[in-house]
Amino acid sequence: MFLTRKAEFSASHVCANPAWSADRNQAVYGNNANSNGHGHNYVLEVTLAGNPDPVTGMVFDLRELKEILNREVVDPMDHRFLNKEVPPFDRTIPTTENLAVEIWKRIEPQIRRDGVRLHNVRLYETGDLYVDYGGER
Amino acid sequence: MRLTSRYRFSASHRLDTPALSPEENRKLYGKCNYPHGHGHDYVLEITVEGPVDENGQVVNREAMDALVRERVLARVDHKNLNADIPEMAGSVATTENLATLVHRALAGSWTLPARLAGVRISETARNTFELEVA
Repeated sequence: MFLTRKAEFSASHVCANPAWSADRNQAVYGNNANSNGHGHNYVLEVTLAGNPDPVTGMVFDLRELKEILNREVVDPMDHRFLNKEVPPFDRTIPTTENLAVEIWKRIEPQIRRDGVRLHNVRLYETGDLYVDYGGER
Repeated sequence: MRLTSRYRFSASHRLDTPALSPEENRKLYGKCNYPHGHGHDYVLEITVEGPVDENGQVVNREAMDALVRERVLARVDHKNLNADIPEMAGSVATTENLATLVHRALAGSWTLPARLAGVRISETARNTFELEVA
């Protein structure tokens, strides 16, 4: 059975490679490269796969899952400038793809346990653009 | 990694097949068979799949948007799917057939490094059709 929990955070970022010219950054990242940054209301959907525990009837304790998402993602990222305040984005470009990989790395070890695994991280940058990441395959 | 981008277009259509009698068409397609057609605000979702490149992207957003705009949106937005789309001739303008047509239009001129993985069209908020590309 799959279980999905949603969380939201708002943050600013700029997608640009400091080694490149402004023109090259514009060609690769479009207006995401505008130098002073801009923001999004990110929506995160985390999907776990597992069987309901025979005693509790739950795949995973939702309160614990909320705490993991708050501690690892929402608290450190909400209302922050990702490039300046949230490592590793001081040296990794905070594209939505890289952000999804980082969120996976932060929460996966805390979710994995007998009979439960992290199945998918979906991150909406806007209502019209999202990525899905299922870990290294 | 998969990336999905959402687009919108508005178009009219009428569901009717010459394989059936007018009576049978009315019964099968109901309101969708009314003689002068009707329209929808379609929502199109295109999914691509591939490794994250050294720029931190699965695909260049602007290249993807340009391809979808040119190959799909320019041809269907504010059009009559029965009358204006030559590839629709000979088939019923259902959203199932439209999804297949959109997939062909994109796959036939796909220039992006990421693989085209899915085409999803919502005809209304209640009806969605999804084509998973193997």
